Amino acid sequence: MLKLDIPIEIFDEAVAQARAEAPIEACGILAGIDGTVRKLYKMTNIDKSSIHCMMDPAEQFQVVKDIRSAGLKMLAIYHSHPATPARLSAEDIRLALTPDVAYVIVSLQNADKPEVKGFLIEDGNATEVPVKVLQRSIGRGRCR
Amino acid sequence: MKLVINGEEAISKDGINVSELLIEQDVKMPEMVSVELNGSIVRREAFDATNLKEGDKVEFLYFMGGGSVAE
Repeated sequence: MLKLDIPIEIFDEAVAQARAEAPIEACGILAGIDGTVRKLYKMTNIDKSSIHCMMDPAEQFQVVKDIRSAGLKMLAIYHSHPATPARLSAEDIRLALTPDVAYVIVSLQNADKPEVKGFLIEDGNATEVPVKVLQRSIGRGRCR
Repeated sequence: MKLVINGEEAISKDGINVSELLIEQDVKMPEMVSVELNGSIVRREAFDATNLKEGDKVEFLYFMGGGSVAE
């Protein structure tokens, strides 16, 4: 995956979730096609921690099956950093176990300007993936 | 025997258990994997004792998480 394009509605939804769940870390999954996100799945952080997140495995299975039945692909796994920058921690890299997806961090460190960054992580090595927020809604023709 | 693994048909050795399937499927870090068998999550301590049979639907996926600090 060379890029991750996120429609602004979905970007806004991720940021709203991060704000709503702060100071707890929020988490979720982005699904789509060819690097363009079509669907966001909010997941439960079973750790309920402000510095750590872990998704509920039962929810993960449901979502993976839903993505498959919709003909989409899991493109990214995201979580928020409520008070730290949008950069990977050692823990983020340790838990980047699912192959072929981007790892996205939504940082609320600057409350007025949330920052989102994506990374590919392979064998413990991270490279940044360009994340583009699409201003026009896919299939709806709405501009913003 | 035929299984359905992560939504796709696959051939596996007859009578293997969940732990053996993870090895057969070359799953790295199996201790970090959740397994669902025919719609029910298999407890990790039951991996060895859970034998698979023809037509079983098995899903496995890695834990998904992260953190600004390790806990």
